[in-house]
Order: sequence, then C-alpha cells, then structure tokens
Amino acid sequence: MSNENGATNARRGQAPRGERIADWADGRLGIYSLAKSNMRKIFPDHWSFMLGEICLYSFIIIILTGVYLTLFFHPSMAEVVYHGSYVPMHGIRMTQAFESTLHISFDVRGGLLIRQIHHWAALVFVAGMMVHMMRVFFTGAFRKPREVNWLFGFLLLVLGMFTGFTGYSLPDDLLSGTGVRFIEGVILAMPLVGSYLQMFIFGGEFPGHDIIPRFFSVHVLLLPGIMLGLLVAHLILVFYHKHTQFPGAGKTEKNVVGMPLLPVYMAKAGGFFFLVFGVISVIAAIASINPVWAIGPYRPDQVSTGAQPDWYMGFAEGLVRVMPGWEWDIAGHYTVNFGVLIPIIIFPLVLAAIAVYPFIESWVTGDKREHHLLDRPRNAPTRTGFGVAWLIAYFVMLIGGGNDLWATHFHLSINSITWFVRIAFFVGPVLGFIVTKRICMGLQRRDRDKVLHGRESGIIKRLPHGEFIEVHEPLGQEQLHALTSHEQPKPLEIGPEVDENGVERKVSRSQKLRAKLSKGFYGEDNYIPKPTVEEYEEITSGHGHH
Amino acid sequence: MKKLSARRRHPLAALVVLLFALAVTGGLYAAFAPADKAQADDTAQSLAIKEGKKLFAVGCASCHGTGGQGTSDGPSLVGVGAAAVDFQVGTGRMPAQQPGAQVPRKKNIYNQAEIDQLAAYVASLGAGPSVPAKTDYSKDGADIGKGGELFRTNCAQCHNFTGKGGALTNGKFAPSLDGVDPKHIYEAMETGPQNMPSFGDGSLSKANKKDIVAYLGEVNGDKTASPGGMDLGGLGPVSEGLFGYIFGLGALVAVAIWVAARTAKAKKS
Amino acid sequence: MSETGRHADVPEENLPSERDGAHGDVATKANPFADPGLPPHEHRIQDIDERAAKRSERTVALLFVVSMLATIGFIASYVIFPIDKIVYVWPLGHISALNFALGLTLGVALFCIGAGAVHWARTLMSDVEVAQERHPIEAEPEVKAKVMADFREGAAESGMGRRKLIRNTMFGALALVPLSGVVLLRDLGPLPEKKLRTTGWKKGVRLVNQSTNLPLRPEDIAVGSLTFAKPEGLEEHDEEFNQKIAKDALMLVRIQPQNIKDKQELEWSHEGIVAYSKICTHVGCPISLYEQQTHHVLCPCHQSTFDLSDGGRVIFGPAGHALPQLHITVKDGYLEAVSDFAEPVGPSFWERG
Repeated sequence: MSNENGATNARRGQAPRGERIADWADGRLGIYSLAKSNMRKIFPDHWSFMLGEICLYSFIIIILTGVYLTLFFHPSMAEVVYHGSYVPMHGIRMTQAFESTLHISFDVRGGLLIRQIHHWAALVFVAGMMVHMMRVFFTGAFRKPREVNWLFGFLLLVLGMFTGFTGYSLPDDLLSGTGVRFIEGVILAMPLVGSYLQMFIFGGEFPGHDIIPRFFSVHVLLLPGIMLGLLVAHLILVFYHKHTQFPGAGKTEKNVVGMPLLPVYMAKAGGFFFLVFGVISVIAAIASINPVWAIGPYRPDQVSTGAQPDWYMGFAEGLVRVMPGWEWDIAGHYTVNFGVLIPIIIFPLVLAAIAVYPFIESWVTGDKREHHLLDRPRNAPTRTGFGVAWLIAYFVMLIGGGNDLWATHFHLSINSITWFVRIAFFVGPVLGFIVTKRICMGLQRRDRDKVLHGRESGIIKRLPHGEFIEVHEPLGQEQLHALTSHEQPKPLEIGPEVDENGVERKVSRSQKLRAKLSKGFYGEDNYIPKPTVEEYEEITSGHGHH
Repeated sequence: MKKLSARRRHPLAALVVLLFALAVTGGLYAAFAPADKAQADDTAQSLAIKEGKKLFAVGCASCHGTGGQGTSDGPSLVGVGAAAVDFQVGTGRMPAQQPGAQVPRKKNIYNQAEIDQLAAYVASLGAGPSVPAKTDYSKDGADIGKGGELFRTNCAQCHNFTGKGGALTNGKFAPSLDGVDPKHIYEAMETGPQNMPSFGDGSLSKANKKDIVAYLGEVNGDKTASPGGMDLGGLGPVSEGLFGYIFGLGALVAVAIWVAARTAKAKKS
Repeated sequence: MSETGRHADVPEENLPSERDGAHGDVATKANPFADPGLPPHEHRIQDIDERAAKRSERTVALLFVVSMLATIGFIASYVIFPIDKIVYVWPLGHISALNFALGLTLGVALFCIGAGAVHWARTLMSDVEVAQERHPIEAEPEVKAKVMADFREGAAESGMGRRKLIRNTMFGALALVPLSGVVLLRDLGPLPEKKLRTTGWKKGVRLVNQSTNLPLRPEDIAVGSLTFAKPEGLEEHDEEFNQKIAKDALMLVRIQPQNIKDKQELEWSHEGIVAYSKICTHVGCPISLYEQQTHHVLCPCHQSTFDLSDGGRVIFGPAGHALPQLHITVKDGYLEAVSDFAEPVGPSFWERG
C-alpha cells in the first residue's frame, strides 16, 4: 500500500484529499510506519478474548457519563433544606452533594438515565475485569512475556474497586455514608497512627465537611488518571505482544491466526463498543440502581438494615462480618482492634495471592520460555485447582458480605450463616482444589480415550453374533492435534543430596521447596500421560475399538 | 403421611380426633354465628366482651390460658390492650401455627367483627393501648418528609429504608412492611409485637407515628414509583450486583459470543 | 508443544505462516498427531451468492436506519415526556416514562450501530483467516551487547561511578525534596488530642427525645420500648450537628431491674432505664436493632450483637468491647446524665486504652 502511495506522491497534486491529509500527518507524526506494522495486525477471534473489551468500553462509558454528571453535581457538604421535586424528602436537611444528586435524578431531563448508566457501567466494569482476569488465569495467558501486563490488569482491578468506592460515596446518602463510617473505623484501627490519619483524612472528627470534596478529587481526577495511564499501557502491551490463541490446527507458538485489524477487527471491536453501550443503556432504562431518594441523606445516627457496599467490596465486607471480635488491650494504655485489623490485612493478601501467582508459577516450574498458545485448564490441574480455590474463598466471603439478605431470603439464621462462612473460608478452597484437580484428571483421561478410541457417536450397532456395541468415530487430524499438542513437563530434579563420592551436596532450602512444589505442579498425579504415536498406531491398526 | 398412618392406632388417637372435631365445630360456630346489632353502647361493649371470651376460649386459651393469664406456651395478655389483639389477629400472626424463632404473618382467619370482640375481651383483662382511630393513621395532615426522617431514625435499622425487612439474630427477622395495613403499622409501633420494641407516645408522639405511617404509604405503597426502573426488591447493592452480573455481564457475554462466532458457511456441494 | 526457539533469526518479512519445523510436515503419515496446518478456507453463503450478500447489505443498512430512527425517538422523548411522568410498565413497575424512553431509544440507537457494524464484518468483509508471525520479545544478543556497551559508555561519561560525592548528595537531595509535599499535608486536619474521648454528655445535661425533641421523663420509657436521645441543646440545624451526634447518639431501653445481670449497669440505670451509646464499638455504625424480649441489640453493618441486660457485653460478631453505658439519673422529673461516658464511644483506636 505504502509503495503505491509513494508512486502517487510523485505526481504532486494528483493525490486525493484524504491521502494528502495523511501525507501531512505522516510528515509530522510518522503515521505510515506506525500503520505498516499495525493496520493489518492479526487478532484471533474468540468470545472470551472480548471480556477485556467489555471492560475497556465500560470504562469509556463511565468517563463519558461521569463528565456529564460533574456538570450538575456539587461535591459539597454544606447543608441545605430540600425543596425540590421529590416530595417525600421535603423539608429534610441534607448536604449539597445529596441535594444535587436528587436534582440530577428528578430535575435534569435524562440525568437519572446518565446516573444509572454510570453506575451500571461501573458494576459491569469491575465484574468484567474480574471475569477477564479469570479467563487469563485459567488459560495461562499470564505466562511470559505477559506477566507485567497481568500486573497492570491487576492494578486496574484494585484501582477500579477504589474508584467505585469513592464514587458511590459521593451522593452522601445514608447507605454510602455508612460505608464511609466503616472506612473511618478502619483508619482508626490502624495501630499507632490511626487517630491521626483519621483526623487528617476527614479534616477533623467524623464526618466533618471535607470528606466528600476530597473523595470527589480522588474519584474524578487522581484514580481515573492513574487508571487511564495503566489502561493505555495495558493496551500497548497487548498490541506489542500480539494476542494469545487457543491451540489448534495451524496455530503455533510462533504465529497468530485470525483476522486483520483493518477492516474486520476494526468493525467488530468498534461495533462492540456500541453494543456494550447499547446494552448498558437498556439496563439503565429498565433497572433502577442506587435510588438515593429512597435511601435518604446521611446522618451518623441513622442506619438501615442490609447495609452493604457495591458487590466488588462485598468480599471485604464478608471478611469483616465473619471476623470474631478480638481486641487486645496492651498494658491498659493501647488498644489493637483485631476485629477490623485482621480482615483488612487479609483482604489485600488474598488479592495479592492471585497477583503474584504468575511469578510463583514460573519460579516453581522453572519455565523461562515465551508462551502464546493458551493452556486448556484441564491440562494444568494445579493452576486450575488454585484458581478455583481462590474463587471459592472469594465467593464464600461474598456470601458472608450479604449474610443478612441470605438469612431473610432463605429463612436461615444469620449466626449460622456466619459460622458456615467462617468454616467454609478455610475448608472450601481446600476441597475445591482437590475436587477440581480430580475433575481435570478425569477430563484428561477422557481426552486420551477420545484420541485413542474416537468419539462416542451415540450409534448403537448390533454385531452379527448379537453383541451390541457403540460405534466410536475416529477423530480427525485437527482434533487429534488439538488434543495432543500440549506439553507435559517433568518436575524439577534437584538431584541426589549425596554425590557419588558420598559428599553431601549443598542444596538450599528454597531449592528443596521449589522441587517439592514443582512436583506438586508437574508430578505424576497431575497428568494422565498423553497418548503416544505408538499407542495410537497399535490401536488403530489393530482391531479398532474394543 | 407415613407417620400419620402409623400413629392412627395410637391409644390417644381418638382423643386427639375428638379434640380436633370440637375445635373445628367451635370455630365454625364462631365463624357463622351472627353478630348481634348493638343496641346501646355499654351493652354492645359487654356483649362484645362476652363474645370475645367465647372466641378466646376456642382459639387462644390453649396457649394464653383460659383467663389470658399466660402459660408456658404463650405470654400473659393482661394489659397488652386491644391494639395488640387487633394487630396480632388482624395480620394473621395469632393464632400461631407452630412455635419457632418467630411467628410469621399469614392469612387472617377471623373477620374484623370477631377481632373486635376478641380485642374487647383482652382489653377488659387490663388496661393497654386501644385500637387507633382512623384519623390517627390517615394521611391527612401528615408530614411525609418528617416521617421519613423518623423512619430512618427509629425503624429503618431493622425494616430497611423503605420497609423491605431485614434479619435479626438467630433466625428472627424484621418483616417486610409491603402491603401491611396502615392501622397495623400504627398498632405495631404502639404495642411492640414479639421482639419489636414498642414506641409508646413517650418515645414517638402520636403525630410522629402518623408521619411515619404516611411516609411508608408514600414509599412502600402499591403505587410507589421507582423512577429508575425495576427496584430489584429495594434491597440495595446485593441485588444490584447480582443483576449486574447475570443480566449485565451475561448479556454482554452473549453479545460477545455472537460477535466472535463464525459465520455460517455455505453448504459443501 | 514445541519449544519456542529463542532468538530464532527469522527474517522480518510479512506473512505467511510456516509452522516451526519440529512437527510441521515431517509427515502426518509418520505422526498422526502432527499439526495439519490451517484448514482450507470455506466460503460463506454471502461469498458465493450475491443475493445473500445483498440481503446482508440490506440488513446492515436497515440496522443503521433503525439507529437513526431511535436517535430521533430519543430527541422526541426528551421533548415530549415531562420529567415527573410516571407510567406503569409490566413487569418493571411504576417507572419514569422519560427515563424509560430515553434509555430504550439510546440503547437501540447504539446497539443497532454496533449490530450493523458487526453484521457487516461477519458477512461481507473477508473472513479468510490469516496467520501472522510472532517475533520473540527478547532482543538478539548483538542488540543487547550494543545496548549494554552504550549504557556503560554513557554511565562512564557521566562520572556517576567515579564521583561518589556527587552521586550521594544527589540521592540525598532527591530523597529529601518530597518531604516538602508531606509537610504540606499537615493542615489536612487537626490533631486528635482528646477529641475522640469526649462527647456532648456531661453532668446535668438532660436527655432529649430525638423524635419529639422533648426532654424525657422516666414514665416516657416503658418496658420493652426503644427511644433515641440526644443531649439537650443539640439541634439539627447546628453547624456541627453531624460531628456531635456521631458520638452523642443514645438509645434508651427499660429492663425490669431484676433482669439486669450486670451490677454496674443496674447502678447506672434509673429504675431499669438504661442508656447506651448508639454507636457500635466495631466501626461506628448506629447500632439499634433491639430485640425487646432478649434484650439483644444487633448491628446491621457487621452483625455484632450486644446484650443490653448484661453491661452491653458482646455476644456475637466482630466488635471487640462492650457498648459504653451512660450513667443517668432523674432530676426535677427529667432524665439527665450524671457524667460523660466513662470511656470513648465508637470504634476503638490505638490510644484508647
């Protein structure tokens, strides 16, 4: 293409208008060399590869609607008496933040819709990141060279959670205010510096007059700014690394198979933005979210039952709810509030466990190669088991975070649910790990059977001597390849501890641990040996199925 | 069923059946017995007490004692007042079906005239809050805004912002206030049924209670608007999160599957 | 699968894919599991049947037209529907007509653009799958050597390694300069001092009913009732009302004196009327889910449960210490405080003791 452009350029003035503009830009921005490597860049097609796009687009939607909301929202804690359109709130004292939220909802045409799109998109954004992360995790897409991008994505998830938290606190309603009060308690629980931090962050005693404006700056400026940077970096790396792909015919570690950016992917990805925006708009049209007018303005002496944060903080909420009430009194002078402290320490630790996993896996397996073909989760049972265990811990705590609603809707005792969650948080992941690993092994065994004996066709045939058999269809070459192309690495060997001369070899403790973990990863109870060519030949050349 | 048929031949079975039959005929009689028109006020009152006593003996005395003095199965009703009876029987909580953490609301089996007779009888056992007059809980002259503030201070902690109910300890719960008669809400505040604390005139004035009832009518009525769309149960972020995951992300994943799917190929010829 | 050969010196040329030699065409005969390569491209109906392609074209155009109509519908709804119009839509309930109309039209307008574009891409744009080569991310050894050499040269020219004085003072300066930023944060708020230890309650302050705004008399508090109180003189329109009520909020219940298990609680009560802080000792939610039969009070935020008949002891949940009780008495027929709370109210903090 660029060659042709060069040719036409020679005849000056003949070039069409668009091309002349492009020439102008190229002279200043070098767009042709950029386009050369990127315009026909190949992207593989798979629905699970679009989960990240859902996040990207909901982020854009959040920014667009968020800018609109700032035009009407007053992040102020000055008090006013309400006299607007919503009758049940007449005569109530509230902050300007709350009043302007009511104003957006009841007096700005379309304001309610934009508010609801903003909030629904935020829920979808974080949910999308979570599911996207799970896709990347279970398929092993985080392996070299993508560990850094995994971290970027993880940071986006964490920042997304906190941007969400500061955002839903802004209307200063009774529900979110209760959440802010919780944060105050958390800050106070910090040993040594707690009360100082609390005074600085709130500008005095709770609630003060500063926290909403401060949250506002953090919510609209600081956090989204950082997130935008990370997001751009995340996308650049996706481009640079080229997308991963599932194994299959014609797909190797050294190529990427799919459709070119221009035009197919451009149309699909661009179109998908509108699809996401459209779906979220429809949801905002039919389902109410955070109806602050029903909740009422915040007052520190009022509260409602069912006081929960948005779902992405539900995990932390659960940890706090099920924590036993431990408190230390040190020499009668100092207090450590473990009832708050331990949950807010476990919370980042659980998140960090999944964040550092790629580094742990590569250390344990000693795998330093690049990986662009995805793993099928069953072929990496330990990783899959760990992921499931993590999810179980996460969702058990999510149940804990909503224990009061589970209690009322399933006619259970809140205390029993709390106890269930306390136990399940420790037992559930272990069971989940074991069960998942076994399921993975079973699926591997099935793959092996399919390769060797073909697919069960469901057709029952009666043999001349009266025996019934099910006809097994042999697999095609493509499937045979897909089912056998994965690696089955051997665990790391540290070698004998005593060499042939009887001298003890020095093996560091970390090396021993590594070998042990490696065995856990790649050891014999992790894979069913995949069929070898010989086995296959023997069976197929012999008497077919048996 | 199996249990039932196994016990059919129990020596005491006949006695149980007899008692059951008695209770049913008594109940039926009570249900169909014509309520005499009142002639004069005090005679009507004493008549009501007399009728109420009969109804009480049939439906209530087994737990609350023949004189309403209470037994190990039910508390004393001396001094609970007519409002308590009107609430408990009017919302179908009494007579209770079975013991449990809490007696739930169910279909009311008495008509209002019978409830009034029962209430008159129980009120005669000892002074207590009387059934509120219609003006006490009607909307007229109530301050809805103030009612909202009072509701959030005194009620929302158990019953949720708009009266959707909530959990208490060990399986007890604050019930949803959906579709509860304003009179019964007023009576509940006055009498404090079961584990609910009472809000007598010392803690919530009559005007306060009227405001609260009016506020509830506004935000928890049949015609209450939810401008943003479905209210998702009015339960807050948990139901919103579930909806966001299932319908929001679910719909988007479905769309993504369509976007990424292979287009139908032409049939191989 | 295959080892990714690092630094494979593949020419930087476009396309087409030749799979790595490890198992490519070494023969599907010899190895039944070998990669058969990309399957041959199959045509879609639209590729071979121009009528089908035309149909697709019309569908795409129709979707774009629907989008335009929906946008017009959006503008029309904006103008037509009054903002306070409520309509009943099954099964959504009584909802705002404007919000529903705007959301649906906007949603359809956007969705149809997306659906049109995707349908276009799926049916009319080429669907030939192409393989593009990847190149290892790591640099070739010679590139690395060149970079390292450049770096060493640059570092040597800077004199960083040699002139340690410069290096160390520079690090010092860089380490110190952010301190100005930290210092600037000092005025974010005041120091805690005794603020968390005191409340608005003190000797002789009357208990005022929050709902009626009247001073409370003992006869206002019946057994089994629940009343919320604030200190006399604190009004809702006060500038600092929220800060004050966040510590002063009080709940009053009356328990038969013989049912009060804690001795001090009985002493600090008046004829069974006990006054407890409404602020949970866990993280400060207003705790007030009072069960009058069990005298338990539950926090709606994290389910800490306290026993009001036993000194406000914690019986369940994450709270670490009992609810503070306010010592009350009666003077001139009205309830009043004997002193401030004996301990800080609300969540605990390091210096609480």
